[in-house]
Amino acid sequence: MLLSAEMNTPNQLSEALLAEHRPVLFRYALLQLKNTELADDAVQETLLAAWQASANYEGKASLRTWLIGILKHKISDHWRRSNREVVTFDFDEINNDDSDAAEDDYFMSNGHWNGGPSTWNDPEAALKQQEFWTIYETCQNNLPPKMAKVFMLRELVGLEAEEVCRETGLSDANYWVTMHRARLRLRECLEIRWFNNPKPTEENDHA
Amino acid sequence: MPSCREITFLISKGLDKESNLVERLAVGLHVLMCDRCRNYQTQSQFIQKAAHRYSEQLKDRLEKNNKLS
Ligand SMILES: [Zn+2]
Repeated sequence: MLLSAEMNTPNQLSEALLAEHRPVLFRYALLQLKNTELADDAVQETLLAAWQASANYEGKASLRTWLIGILKHKISDHWRRSNREVVTFDFDEINNDDSDAAEDDYFMSNGHWNGGPSTWNDPEAALKQQEFWTIYETCQNNLPPKMAKVFMLRELVGLEAEEVCRETGLSDANYWVTMHRARLRLRECLEIRWFNNPKPTEENDHA
Repeated sequence: MPSCREITFLISKGLDKESNLVERLAVGLHVLMCDRCRNYQTQSQFIQKAAHRYSEQLKDRLEKNNKLS
């Protein structure tokens, strides 16, 4: 009796503890797989695998980092099984891109705005319009890949800044610069495509 | 005096609750006098809100698109 008690696996991760991370894992999977059922399956498999392997979890990485590591395997398994080229946004395929030097377009050499933010008319109302979200998505997809990845991991998946750095291999300083550039770009894109662009009136919508 | 370029960077850090008191004061003083940075401040807050909303709605959007295709 004593023996069997001692042989119980140490640090058994409880289901409840694992389930806490389900929302973040789901958002991560959904952004890559672009399909609710597939994302659900990948998360389910991840939590099951984690639960079965919980004795292997050494607590060196944070639990969430460990779980995301497993999820990434599940997602690449999926791509392998479906036997096709990765067509959607793959967080791991991205290395460097042209995101440097872009910030200089927004400011003059003395640090003043070059053009810069005009006043937006009723941004809250935009959130309720379907057309706005199409444009938002376009603007987000137009970010250079690495910048998009950093922005999405932080604002869409909801990882902490330090987790984003670990996932992307960015230094702290580069992380802040990248997030800032992403916001500058998104802002400009939304201004040009939505806020400074005449929109169809209600009547036109119903026509 | 920090420039608009520097101020917008601090505004961005502030969105992630990573700016310190001195930085927040510098931003606060600057946006009192600078319309464009004041616009940038409210607009970057709006973008953060929109990103969170987009993420919440992504599941529904994808399900709708799948049904249409
Ligand atoms: Zn300014």
